[in-house]
Amino acid sequence: MSWDWEAARAFWPELLHGLGVTLEATALGALLAFAVGLVWALAYRSPTRWVRWPVTAVVEFIRNTPLLVQLFFFFYVLPTWDIKFSALTTGVITLGLHYSTYTAEVYRAGIDGVPVGQWEAATALSLSRARTWTAVILPQAIRRVVPALGNYVIAMLKDTPILAIIGVLDMLQNARLEGARTFQYVEPFTMVGIAFIVIAYPASLLMRALERRLGH
Amino acid sequence: MATESRTPSAAPDAGRELIRFDGVTKRFGDHTVLDGLDFTVAPGKHVTLIGPSGSGKTTILRLLMTLLRPDEGTIKVAGDYLTHEERNGRLVPAGEKHTREVRKHIGMVFQQFNLFPNMRVLRNVMEAPVHVLGLGKDAARERARELLDLVGLGDRCDAYPTQLSGGQQQRVAIARALAMRPQVLLLDEVTSALDPELVAGVLDVLRDIAHTTDITMLCVTHEMSFARDISDDVLMFDAGRVIESGPPEKIFTEPEHERTREFLSAVL
Repeated sequence: MSWDWEAARAFWPELLHGLGVTLEATALGALLAFAVGLVWALAYRSPTRWVRWPVTAVVEFIRNTPLLVQLFFFFYVLPTWDIKFSALTTGVITLGLHYSTYTAEVYRAGIDGVPVGQWEAATALSLSRARTWTAVILPQAIRRVVPALGNYVIAMLKDTPILAIIGVLDMLQNARLEGARTFQYVEPFTMVGIAFIVIAYPASLLMRALERRLGH
Repeated sequence: MATESRTPSAAPDAGRELIRFDGVTKRFGDHTVLDGLDFTVAPGKHVTLIGPSGSGKTTILRLLMTLLRPDEGTIKVAGDYLTHEERNGRLVPAGEKHTREVRKHIGMVFQQFNLFPNMRVLRNVMEAPVHVLGLGKDAARERARELLDLVGLGDRCDAYPTQLSGGQQQRVAIARALAMRPQVLLLDEVTSALDPELVAGVLDVLRDIAHTTDITMLCVTHEMSFARDISDDVLMFDAGRVIESGPPEKIFTEPEHERTREFLSAVL
């Protein structure tokens, strides 16, 4: 077994194309996870248990079932209910929803970490509930948890290859197709691995530095 | 006048009271912090609450700020019930909207300042006037700058709270509370968290406000000379009750109650 530079060069455009898809899935999935996770986190603190309990049940259910099962569920079951998305959209929704259950916990920790004096000052100034959340609590809560959120984005990036299973043309799927076409598997898969480490490792160093700067 | 009347309906100056506690009881678990407390504060008066720690002084301020709810009794501010409202002639627990309206008359300065660390100094002071009173940005900015000048921090508008000393933060907090133009200012041990050399600056600002405005002040403090300076009335608390009250000259020089004498000899 030897390394064939010619095969590596032939795969390069496909790799870049797949990388674009991988990054797109990660970015959109992260946005969804950030937004939906925030909804969960706020619902956890709802004064009515008719909001708290169902949300807790749903979140625990999603968190404690495998991502792959959820992916298959959305990919195969939803179309039978006449809900049809592209493979990429299905993948983004699954990833985003799955990771929203983790970001919800991160937000919760951040919100709990805001000193009670901040709530009291907001009350003393008669700020509305909405204003207290958006102007006082969330900016402080989110600032604290940026590194933790970032780490989940990195984890999500490394989970995107799972989307290859439903046919999303990400880096892994392109490598697989390339191998099937040329019978040369070493170069494509190695390059995919390297691409992941080239992105993920600096990103995780960045998060660690950010954590230090925020004084954790 | 602060009185210790046990028969509120017979209070002689009922028309001249800004704050009224009627039979207010507050318990934390088995511990009764306030026990059927009655007292009133007339508009414009500066009242200082003194007494041993745990005697319920801070609880009074926190009840007024609605950070706590009374277990029994009622509180009136400017003639309106704070935590209750009248519906069909009956008193029922107040909704959020009612409480918010009554609470707008009250401002509070905290021991730990509690400035919003994510906002610059100027925005800390502008935030509530803009978003609660609906004041225009320019008017709010002007008001905020005036107040920051008043507390001697006109040149720190663009700083973040963490860039200021404790004394400066507390002076910003005073400006922030005043920006709402409250009728009542609650001061909860506002110098207790400060390094000794920073206390004077904060007290000077408060003295200035006490002597140049007609704002009503309710003050919990261990700074007895400050209390003597600004107070019209001093209320001595012990075990959830007012045991003695009167002008500072009287309380500080010839207290009647044994517990007051003990307390003063311990802190003076």
